Formats: sequence, structure tokens, C-alpha cells
Amino acid sequence: MKARVATDWPLVLLALSLSSFGVSMVFSAGQTDVPTLVTHLWHNQLAWVALGIAAAYLASRPSVRFLDWAATPAYAGACVVLLILLFVGKGAGTAASTKSWLAIGGMRIGQPSELAKIAVVLMLAKVLGARKQPPKSLIDLWQPALVVGVPWLLIMLQPDLGTGIVFVGIFFAMLFWSGVSWPLLVLVASPAVSLVLAFSTGLWGAWFLLLLGLVLWYKPYIVEGVLIVSANVVMGVVAPIVWEKLNPYQQRRLLVFLDPSTDPQRSGYHVIQSQVAIGSGGWLGKGFTLGTQKRLAFLPAQHTDFIFPVVGEELGFIGVTVALTLFLLLFLRCVRIAARSADPFSSLLAFGLVSTWFVHVLVNVGMTLNLMPITGIPLPFFSYGGSFMLACWLGVGILVRLSAEGRGRADSLVI
Amino acid sequence: MSFHPNDVQRRGRVASGLLAATFLFLLGSFFRTQILQHAQYVLQSEENRLREVPLAAPRGVIYDRRGAIIAENVPGYTVSLLSPREDSLRAALKRLGGTVPINDAESDAVVRRYRRNPNRPAVIFADASFDLVSQLEEHRIEFPGLIIQATPKRYYPDGAAVASLVGYTGEINEGELVSLAAQGYKAGQQIGKAGIEKQYEKRLRGREGVRFVEVDARNRVVKEAGARQDISPDPAQPLYTNIDLDLQKFVVGIFGDSLEGAAVALEPRTGEVLALHSAPSFDPNRFIGGIPLDYWRSLMDDPRRPLANKAIQGRYPPGSTWKLATAVIGLQEGLVKLDDHMPVPCTGGMQYGNRYFKCYDKRGHGSLSLSEAIEKSCDVYFYQLGTKIGIMKLVAGGIALGGRERSGIDLPAEMRPIFPTAPATEYFNRRYGVRGWSSAVSLNLAIGQGENSQTVVNMARFYTALATDGSAARPQVVRAPPDRERIFQLDSVQMAGLRAALAGVVSRGTAAASRIQGIVLAGKTGTAQSGRFKGGAELNHAWFVGFAPADDPKIVVAVMLEFGGHGTRAAHIAAKIIEHYLKATPQQFLSTDGP
Repeated sequence: MKARVATDWPLVLLALSLSSFGVSMVFSAGQTDVPTLVTHLWHNQLAWVALGIAAAYLASRPSVRFLDWAATPAYAGACVVLLILLFVGKGAGTAASTKSWLAIGGMRIGQPSELAKIAVVLMLAKVLGARKQPPKSLIDLWQPALVVGVPWLLIMLQPDLGTGIVFVGIFFAMLFWSGVSWPLLVLVASPAVSLVLAFSTGLWGAWFLLLLGLVLWYKPYIVEGVLIVSANVVMGVVAPIVWEKLNPYQQRRLLVFLDPSTDPQRSGYHVIQSQVAIGSGGWLGKGFTLGTQKRLAFLPAQHTDFIFPVVGEELGFIGVTVALTLFLLLFLRCVRIAARSADPFSSLLAFGLVSTWFVHVLVNVGMTLNLMPITGIPLPFFSYGGSFMLACWLGVGILVRLSAEGRGRADSLVI
Repeated sequence: MSFHPNDVQRRGRVASGLLAATFLFLLGSFFRTQILQHAQYVLQSEENRLREVPLAAPRGVIYDRRGAIIAENVPGYTVSLLSPREDSLRAALKRLGGTVPINDAESDAVVRRYRRNPNRPAVIFADASFDLVSQLEEHRIEFPGLIIQATPKRYYPDGAAVASLVGYTGEINEGELVSLAAQGYKAGQQIGKAGIEKQYEKRLRGREGVRFVEVDARNRVVKEAGARQDISPDPAQPLYTNIDLDLQKFVVGIFGDSLEGAAVALEPRTGEVLALHSAPSFDPNRFIGGIPLDYWRSLMDDPRRPLANKAIQGRYPPGSTWKLATAVIGLQEGLVKLDDHMPVPCTGGMQYGNRYFKCYDKRGHGSLSLSEAIEKSCDVYFYQLGTKIGIMKLVAGGIALGGRERSGIDLPAEMRPIFPTAPATEYFNRRYGVRGWSSAVSLNLAIGQGENSQTVVNMARFYTALATDGSAARPQVVRAPPDRERIFQLDSVQMAGLRAALAGVVSRGTAAASRIQGIVLAGKTGTAQSGRFKGGAELNHAWFVGFAPADDPKIVVAVMLEFGGHGTRAAHIAAKIIEHYLKATPQQFLSTDGP
């Protein structure tokens, strides 16, 4: 059978540019004064990009209907794998204590959570797209909440805070795209806000009054209103207890986020060195492969979580602007695809995929400048890692298909 | 109808707007970090990667008045270690112990240096031998933080002969680090510890240079040179002193190993210190790069106190050398003239109140003039002169002559002489109670006994005034404009008379054995009780302070032999020193101009 899909070239070219940029940076990340294992990883990364492009091509072939059909089994499969992972998962690198890796016979073969993100986006798009009206009350949200909640819980048990944050981001982004009103989104998010603000009684009190006003204005069902208000109270009270329950390293990371200079030798060290790398880059940077922070190993995880500081140090503000602009153009292109899609499922799927990338970029890049806590989530198309690169390109493939179908330029039934 | 195209378009615009806003926010944050705070982060990144290896500046060379070298620098090696943490330093030291000898105490010292300044290489061997360095070079690869640095090392060609003057250098200690913090001293640096080295530390120090080595996050040295332009050290300017090294060595030679005491030779008009020696001495070269413990112990345990500078720190009763002070006070007050006789002639002693005061010569001197009394050093004459002057003026006059002041020599840790304060009655009342003393103290003070202990250098200063016109010159080791102070005022006849009397001491009087052929030597012997006894007899300190030639003095010499017996022994040594100086020194070198 022959497939003819009108390729969305701006999308593909942007993804290719980002990937080339990314592989170059992985190469540079390996150029250290004392050679390490990282030195040759760019070979692997190049292979992963090639594999990713191939996967993207394959992903662009099945029609959206097939994806709609496949959403449920993919989601179920993802949940099962995540569940199994809790028992057989392995740690790696800086996150050695977590169980995010799937390993067979001692060989780590990948991080299923990366592909689970796509499965969750698919399932959310299916569930939200099937509705005739957007969710208008809390009770309407039980389905999407469950869809995200199950894998989210499984991932938080690994524990992988970063991926958990990404899931929350996807959840809210897709609710927004499905037409859920702003006040409802705020009400849903309110307990989490309470949790964060619980550490300052004054701030929490102000937030609580604001919330009460919102509840009175939005007038949800009485039960829901009471539920939300009490959830906020509980969070405000429970937060300190939850704090006690956090692992010391998680506590430390949160604290260091609040003030990195408190702990310059441990967790804060990463952020400070990252900022030093970026800040010392200036306008044009120290030159490709010549960053001293990276070369002399002051920069931690310079090929994975902290690859963006390498861009900042070696290519300067210009390089950062180029990279961020490429991301922005890619995202705007994807939002356009989402806005032009013919059906709710396609539109939600496109938006879900781009919001996944967006959350990654925001958290990862924000982390390097101490605007976000260090959660250890990778930068799309840049960070070294096979599963993630594969997942990113799978997303590109799906978006190519969605773009083509949205413009009515793909054969309707191709498999 | 939430997926009505209009709704979707609207949400698309909102989403695009949010994306753009986020993008701008991130870009703004990067702009702040990379452009606005660039300088601060560049500094931090440089601090991260660069370690400063100090390049010691060569200390200033110290010359004598003729350009002979007193202190210089010779090539040496410093071995130090750069470590990220204390435990890795200890581990490296342990491994190093397998290659070269390091004992536990040395290891601990290295760790202490490291703690003071972890970013500076911790010095292991401040003065490593060539053998040790070549041994380490062979194993260089095993010790990534090891830094072997050619370093100028202090060297004193004449060693012990100049130790009393030049002092020595050593590693800066905790106390000095604290007190000299403002001057930018760092742990591990060398600093002057005594003598000229300490006094002129600022001028001799130079400015330390820096070699930058590049290290990685584990403090491993990854680049030895070229990480950044080195800052070469600024050597200090040479220091020109007034020392006559030839005379200095001659003085040291006379003292030899057997004599204890001190000698100071000054140019009377300028106060230039021609020679200064405290015997026994020590070898300052052994102090460089860390003094060996056994040598330090032997110096500390030596009862002859080689580390004390007896010329400026030892205080001894001046004895008869002080009689000139009594004479000057009496002459200045108009209470006596050079040819005045005292009422009681010397019969080997005199009765004063209920006490009998002996003259050193039991046979007695008969009736003498002041000049003759100086020549013969007659105690009885000066007892009477002392009572005539009175205790008040005796003390006030002694203070005016500098008897309570340091000479002001430019060497560290000079001691202040011991002398009563004025007014004298208050002093003695305070000290002994109103009824605890009598006017008999004047008798003792008049002959340089009692509450009077002078340093050798201060006595030399006093005699520069006798040698000239009543102005005492501050003794100056390092070349500087003369600093003279008038301490008494006598007319030229009186001055000439005093000098004639002092010449008489050597030609006919107590020091007659020390005459020099062809030179008129003037001076005064002194024999002072030391308070130490041997075989039932009290040991005396032997003094001689004098100058020559008597009519146009070129040199003032003060010699003090600790427990050395009679002053004539000191006079003998002083005469030799003066003879050597005046005969061996061509006249042009007596000028005060620089080389």
C-alpha cells in the first residue's frame, strides 16, 4: 500500500535543526580535559537521532484513526510496564536510587516513562476529545484525572519528580486546550498552590481568601466548593507533614532551589556551576568545545540535564537565543497544527505533544538559571538519552501526520 | 462546541501568546545572567579553574658599606601540593612518604598550611635538595597536584659572623599572619624573623608573583603553564647598610668561640653602625627553609644564650664607663671643673654616713683632679662628685644623656636600659619606701652601679657625644641621613679636656696596656658586678667604651665581655678593633657617601 503524506517541512526542518544542534552539544559536552565515557557518546546520540527519524517516518504513516484506536492499548500497556518497573526497575547515573530504567539481563534498554508520556497524551486526547462539551465541573474531570493520575502515581513511586511534573503540566495544558474555563483550572490547581504556600502562613492566608472569592464567583456545586476549600485547608496543614515524608535529597533540592548559596558544595553546587557556566559565556561564548566550566568538569551532567549551560558557556547569549528561537518556532508551528486540526482528538493530540516538549524545555532551561527546582528532566532534542530522543521524534512523526490530515493532505486510510 | 474552529483559533492565539511570553521571559533571564552579570560570572569561572602558584620574589640583597654581600639569594626548590580536600592531601602525603622521607610532624605541618589557605599549594619542603627534587620528578605522574618550583633561597655568605646584624628569615607563623594581615601576607611565605631581615622586611620583601595553573573540578592540575599570563615577581631593591663587613668579620674573629659578650662599632658623627656582634652567635643559614630541630634545641639549651642579641638586648651595669656621665653632669651644672680636687683624697675608700665606700684600688689614689680621676677611675673622687651633684640632678642628668632611652638603632627588639625615673626622690621613695633609702644611692649611681643597667649599643651612643660635640648619633645599620641629638652642652675646652682625660686612660691610666702604636685612643674601662659568683669570688662584666683618634674620632667602640673580668680585657679587644679599622681601612672608605 502506498502512503502519501504531505510532509510539514517547517516542522521537520526545525526538529532536524534542533537535533543537529543537540548532537553538536553532546559532542562538545564530551570534550573534557580528562576524557570520560561521555567523550564518545555523541556517536550513540547520532544513532539515536537516525533511529528517531526512522521512527518518525513510521509514526507518520498510520492515520489518526489508527492512533485513536491504539490509544487505549498503548495507555494500558504503558501503565502495566510502569507497574512492572516498580519491581524490576534500575537506577542510572545521577538518579541511581530510582527505578526508572527498564533493564534486561543487566543491560539497560530504556526509560519507559518517556514513551508513557506519549501514551498518556494519546489517552487524554481520546478521553477529552470524546466529550461534546468541555468539563465544566470537578466531577466532569474524573476521567482525565484518572488517565493522568494512574501513571503519575506509578512514576512518583519510582520516584521521578521531574516526569511527575511533566504529567501535571500535560494535564493542565490539555484541559486548557479542551476548553476548560480558567477559573476551573485554577480551582483544580489550588490545592497544589496551597501546598507550596503552606510554608508561609501569610501567603497561604492571602491565597485562601483569593480562592474563597473565586469559589463564590464561579459558583461550583456546593459539594465541589466545599471539597476544594477543604482540600486547600488540608494541604495547608498537611504540607509540613508531607515535608517530613520527603526524602532528604528531595528536601535539599527544594531548599536549594529557594536559595542555592546555602549549600554550595552539594545540590546548590550544580545550580551555581550552571549559572557560572552560562554567565561566563557573555555575548558570544568561549567558543565551541572550549567552555572551561564544562572542560574541567565543574559542570555536572553536562551531556544530559545540564547540556543547556554548555550552549550558554560556549556559544553565549547568541547561541542561547538561537536555540530558544528554534524551540519557539517549533512550538508555534505545533500550536498551529493543533489549531487547524479537523477533529478534537487530533487537535488535543497535537497540543498534548507540544505541551510535553514545552514543559520539558521550561523546566530544564529554567533549572539551569535557578528559575526552577532541579528535577532532572532532559531537554528535548539536546540531552543525551535514547528513549527520550526516540520519543521526541515519534512525536514529530505523529505531528507530521496530524499536520497533513489537518490540511486534508493525507490519504485517509493508510496502514 | 468547544472545538468550534473559532474557539480553537482563540485558544491557539492564547497559547502562542503564552509561548512567546515564556520565551521572552527566559531570554530576559539569560540576558541578565550572560550580559548584565557577565563580569561576576567570568570571575567565578576563572576562580574555579585557576590556581595561583606563588612565585616568591627574591628578597633584597643586603650589602655592606663597600658593596660586599651580607645576604643574597641562591637557587632553591620548593615542593608543594595542590589538593581539593584535606583527606586527599593526607592520602597524597602518605603516598609521597613512599618516595621521599616525610615524618608525621611534617605531614601535620603541611595539613596546617593547607587549612589556612586551601586554594594555595601547601608547602611540603620549603627548601628541597636537588636529590629530593630529582627523585620526585621521576614520580611526578603519580602525584597530580605536585608542584615543584624553583625558588630563591636566602643565603648569608658569612653565616654566623653577620647573624647578630642580619637575623634570619623563616616561614610566617600564625601570629604574624594575623598581625600582618593588612599587608597581604599569605601562609607559607618567608618573612624576616630577626635583625635587619625583620626590621626592613617591607623593603626586603619584594612582590610575590603568580603562576597560574589550570585545575579541573577535582583540583587536578591539567595545565601547568599558559592558562593565563603569569605575573612575574618583583625582586626587592637592594639594601645598602653601613656595615663594614671586613671589620665585622675581624670583630667576630677576636671574640672567637671562647668569649661571650658584645661589641658595637659606630661612626661617631653619623651613627653609622660599622660592626655589631653578639657572641656566641648562630648560623642563620641553618634557619632557612625550616631550622632542624636538634640545632634549635642546641641553641635554646646553650647557657651562653646565642639567640639573644647581647649588643642591643643585654643590660649590664655600666660600671666606671658611666663615670663620664657623672663628670659631664657635674661639668654642665658648673659644680666641678676638670682640674678641681675633691675635699677628701682617696685613701682606698671613704666613710659616708655609717658606711665605708671602697675604691677599687685599696692603695688609694691621693688627691686628684677630675681629669686624673677619670684616668685612674678613682671611685672616691666620684663618690664625692656624686654627692655634690645630688641624687636629683644625677638622675635627671643621666636621663638627659639617654640613660633611660633606647639608642634607637634600626634593629628589632632593642631593650630599654634600666635607670631611675625623675624626680629621683619619688622614684626611690616608691621603690624602697621613704625611710628605706639614703642619699648614699648617689655614690653608687656616680660610679655606674646601683639602679643602672645599660645596653652596649646605648653606651656606644653616649660615647659618640663625647667623641664629637655633645651630640649623640642614633646608631644606624642601614644607610640613612644622620640623626643626631644634643644630649649635653660643654664648651670646647671642656670637651677637649674630657677627651684628653679619656686618652690618658689608655696612655697612662687603667687601659694603659691597650695602647696602639701611632693612634691616640681614648676610652674608659668599666668593671661591673654581675651578681654571679664562681669559687667564692664575684664575676665581673668587663667594659670598654672608647674612640679614636682622640683628637678627630673616626670610630666609637663599645665592648662588653660577659663575666669577662676586668675592663682592661675589654679595652684590649676594643683597641684591636680600632687598630684594625683605622689601619686596614683606607681613608676614603671612612666617608659617609654610598658606594
